[in-house]
Amino acid sequence: MDLGGINPAVLVASLMVASVPIMLAAIGELVVEKAGVLNLGVEGMMIMGAVCGFATAVETGSPFLGFIGGALGAMALSFVFAVLTQFLQANQVATGLALTLFGLGLSSLMGQGYVGIKPPLTDVVPFGPLADLPVVGRILFDHDPMVYLSIAVIAVVWAVLKFSRMGLILRAVGENHDAAHALGYKVTRIRVLAIMFGGAMAGLGGAYLSLVRVPQWTDGITAGAGWIALAIVVFASWKPWRVLIGAYLFGGISVLQLNLQAAGARIPVEYLSMSPYLITILVLVIMSSGKGRSAMNAPAALGQNFHASR
Amino acid sequence: MLVLEKRPSPSRFWQYATPVLAVVLTMLAGGLLFAALGKDPFVAIRTIFWDPLFGEFAFYLRGQLLVKAGPLILIAVGLSLGFRAGIWNIGAEGQYIMGAIFGAGVGLAVFPTESRWIFPVMIVAGAFGGWLWSMIPAILKTRFNTNEILVSLMLVYVAQTILSKAATGFLRNPQGMGFPGSRNFSTYPAARNVELIAGSGMHWGVVAAFIAVIAAYVLLQRHMLGFQIKLAGQAPRAARFAGVQPTRLVVMCMGISGALAGLAGIFEVSGPAGQISIDFASGYGFTAIIVAFLGRLNPLGILLAGLVMALTYVGGEMASTNLGLPSAAIQAFQGMLLFFLLAVDLLSNYRIRLMTGRAA
Amino acid sequence: MTNELLRISGVTKAYPGVIANSDVSFSIAKGEIHALLGENGAGKSTLVKMIYGLVKPDSGTLHLHGQPYAPTRPSAARNAGVAMVFQHFSLFEALNVAENVALGMENPPPMRALAQKIRAVSEDYGLPLDPSRMVGDLSAGERQRVEIIRCLLQDPKLLIMDEPTSVLTPQEVEILFQTLRQLSAEGTAILYISHKLEEIRALCDEATILRRGKVVGTCTPRDVSARDMAEMMVGAVLTPPARAARKDWGDPQAALEVSGLSLASPIPFGTSLKDISFSVQRGEILGIAGVAGNGQDELLLALSGELRSAPDMVKCHGKPIGEAPPNARRAMGFVAAPEDRLGHAAAPDMSLVENALLSGAVRKDLTRNGFIDWAKTKVWAEEVVAQYDVRTPGTWVAARALSGGNLQKFLMGRELSQAPEVVIINQPTWGVDAAAAAFIRQEILNRAQDGAAVVVISQDLDDLLEVSDRFAALNEGRLTPTRPTEGLTVDEIGLMMGGAHGMEVAHHG
Repeated sequence: MDLGGINPAVLVASLMVASVPIMLAAIGELVVEKAGVLNLGVEGMMIMGAVCGFATAVETGSPFLGFIGGALGAMALSFVFAVLTQFLQANQVATGLALTLFGLGLSSLMGQGYVGIKPPLTDVVPFGPLADLPVVGRILFDHDPMVYLSIAVIAVVWAVLKFSRMGLILRAVGENHDAAHALGYKVTRIRVLAIMFGGAMAGLGGAYLSLVRVPQWTDGITAGAGWIALAIVVFASWKPWRVLIGAYLFGGISVLQLNLQAAGARIPVEYLSMSPYLITILVLVIMSSGKGRSAMNAPAALGQNFHASR
Repeated sequence: MLVLEKRPSPSRFWQYATPVLAVVLTMLAGGLLFAALGKDPFVAIRTIFWDPLFGEFAFYLRGQLLVKAGPLILIAVGLSLGFRAGIWNIGAEGQYIMGAIFGAGVGLAVFPTESRWIFPVMIVAGAFGGWLWSMIPAILKTRFNTNEILVSLMLVYVAQTILSKAATGFLRNPQGMGFPGSRNFSTYPAARNVELIAGSGMHWGVVAAFIAVIAAYVLLQRHMLGFQIKLAGQAPRAARFAGVQPTRLVVMCMGISGALAGLAGIFEVSGPAGQISIDFASGYGFTAIIVAFLGRLNPLGILLAGLVMALTYVGGEMASTNLGLPSAAIQAFQGMLLFFLLAVDLLSNYRIRLMTGRAA
Repeated sequence: MTNELLRISGVTKAYPGVIANSDVSFSIAKGEIHALLGENGAGKSTLVKMIYGLVKPDSGTLHLHGQPYAPTRPSAARNAGVAMVFQHFSLFEALNVAENVALGMENPPPMRALAQKIRAVSEDYGLPLDPSRMVGDLSAGERQRVEIIRCLLQDPKLLIMDEPTSVLTPQEVEILFQTLRQLSAEGTAILYISHKLEEIRALCDEATILRRGKVVGTCTPRDVSARDMAEMMVGAVLTPPARAARKDWGDPQAALEVSGLSLASPIPFGTSLKDISFSVQRGEILGIAGVAGNGQDELLLALSGELRSAPDMVKCHGKPIGEAPPNARRAMGFVAAPEDRLGHAAAPDMSLVENALLSGAVRKDLTRNGFIDWAKTKVWAEEVVAQYDVRTPGTWVAARALSGGNLQKFLMGRELSQAPEVVIINQPTWGVDAAAAAFIRQEILNRAQDGAAVVVISQDLDDLLEVSDRFAALNEGRLTPTRPTEGLTVDEIGLMMGGAHGMEVAHHG
């Protein structure tokens, strides 16, 4: 096995890139769950973001517009979820699954004309001489804007949830929607907005997959990334900065296993490619078995529908 | 303004009417989708829903209907038990794959035996494989309180990796000249899941599906376990008060659904599919989720829903060859069906009222 | 009338099948403590929700300070100087006191300043409170303080209090009354909702009495006897249940014996049970009092078998059963009735027949080899409906379609008609009218007459004083020693219930 061929700085840098899609999707889902809604359709929203983003970028030639398009496409799908669960009182688990099944089908339909095309390149943020610094330059100052944006989103979500009134109201709605309603807060409206934010973030993550990470369009491009994002929210015990850690952990695993495959490690390829899923399971087990602590931190009204009666 | 008002008791009428309404709405929306793809919506809908039953090639396609419906019904019946109890096994696709690998593995291990016991043994092995795969999320849930949705789904990806390893490695046909894929069961008479009535599509898997429907119906209507399943789903605390052990229920429901998915897998691989191949997993495990909901989690409903869904598969293939309708369109169409179903489901529990002005 | 603060004229509100308020009119003066009196379901809550902007009246008008007042949402009500302390549902357990207070204010100051203010106001009114504590960790009385302080910070002109004393010990009630009198002296009007007559006589200046959504009378509580008010409220003459002398069953061994029962609560922010010991003989009724949230739910779970303990902690006729699950205990003669009816004692969307099966399968022998005998179950459910006067179109209707009182009667009937040997009931008369409460108490006494050992857990002292032979109280998961009920004074009961929970008593003047 030739691990010497793997440059640690490059590894860390590519880990940061690999973790962007799940980080964005997970931080979006964290906000949704903090509002008391369980949207299991992250996978479907991500893949809609991937195909819409890809198509927009190819048609307009602008990666920037591509990301906007991806966010809007996934947001539209999340709006369907919002209507079904918030207004039509549909079961959140079933609706989330429907979102994924529908998203996979529709994306594959929309993406038919785009197989085998190269998307326009997303440029690296020019940090000038900083990027030439040894090691640090490669790790910190040589990325596309989305890498920085994803970290910024984490910081903003953290600050809003912790310090702002908006964040307080969002948490209150997720804790006890009846009490929030009794105090006069618009539970449904707040939840719809949270769901759409989650959709937009998943869409950005999906678009990043098809525009930067892969970069091309193939059916089923997300390959479970949306589900891993859901697992990361549990792993993070609903804390924003832990989403960052979780995403880097999973990004690290997927980069490492690819590098090991490329380096011709003696571990069979199958074991390596199933490792992200097995490790997700392992992490879920560890997080859930530490009974109480992480379970206590889950929003109390998570997954329950709200219908104002009387 | 439209206002929702909760009904004192769920409406009987709408419980039966909502699936029909959902199918009709899906046809309308699907028509729009097909029109947007530049196809004549009327022709497309007719090709999907009418031609397989009464069209030119119906004599052949009707048989295909049962072939597709069998596994869907078998899996959906199992899933519906868990869904009713609030236990979300969404990894049936993985259990289906593992059932096929276990069953086929047993059969291929003793190739070319002529014992008439080999087929039953393969069936048991298939059910065992699916059961075993479903026990992973079940035990992790009961021991460590791990979310069964995420675990069972992750295991689908793991099972798919094992499937490709099986097709290219440990189950590969030694006489296949290096091509991926196992021996074909059509060349292995003792282990073959035969078509029972020629041209009907009826094979042992379809028989098993019918038996599963009847057994599940009796279980839910008359047996205490069925009552406990319903109770646990509707009111978990009341279930504990009634003496239901949540752990036992999780293991039961996951186990039944896993075993049935495994059965579907072995019947498929030894019959219609014929061999373990890389693309053996065709998404039945996921589509069965739609079937379970379309059948309102009721065994008889699932029987009908499975046939309707099989129709969209068979008709979709027709539309794909005759009209050039992309096969992905059918997948989107099926997803749409679930959306509409969830949307109109509201009518059975709520009344919609038109509020005029401020006060009456 | 320049002194008039709020005037309600001809307010009507109907829900499908129910008229919650019909042509209700009365007025409240500045600084007045006005009681709104009525049984559960008389329409009190709907009326105050209209004043607070949560519900819109179908017809009728409200005037505040002589101006038309039609709040469309609670924030509008708060801006107009109307504040409300809810009975349930308005605190967030996973948030701290300051955050909870901030959520109830229109323009809260920054957190640090708010915490200062909370400290100051809570000291002024004798309700000490730490703003940084998690609400889930507070006692019921302290939680109520959070609500009151949330209101006081907004300088309300009218403070609505919905059944505020149901979660308090007698001593805590006294502290609350001092605070309310202080507020009233400062010019804040208080609309005080209750069905507890003695409290209203002690506190209120005026009273409006509601029955079935209509105003049936007004009075000055100090001048009227509690009995007269009760009869206005209920509309009938009340008779307390008859009690025969207790039979001696000549059985020296206790039917139910609990010793050293300690258990962690399975409920988030619940109360753990700590070293609970008591025993109940055949034919005897033990009453367990306590303020909500002091371990009542957990004790019921431990006795019904939903929560397992070490085998020796719970014994039935000397046999250790701490590890036995609910149905094994039922087979031994146990029946249990949890407090929460919809969701715990009954499945809301299931029919009455199915709900009968839920707890009766074992003792009524409703299954054969696991297969359900629906015909037999239906016959039994119909018997319960008939015997306990459950008003329902039939046994096929869903449990949630029944009114609270009717469902309570059905569930009490379901448990009490299983020829039980050990009965455990939490809140037997919650939400039922006075006549039904009397009937349920009588049935409990009858079961004891038949030789059952009965444990009644209740927050309603009337329940306990009328039926129990011996009396104990739960306080933060501990049980006091039991005492004979006869001769107990309210003060003694209050001390047993935990005095003021170790909270400081306010120092006034």
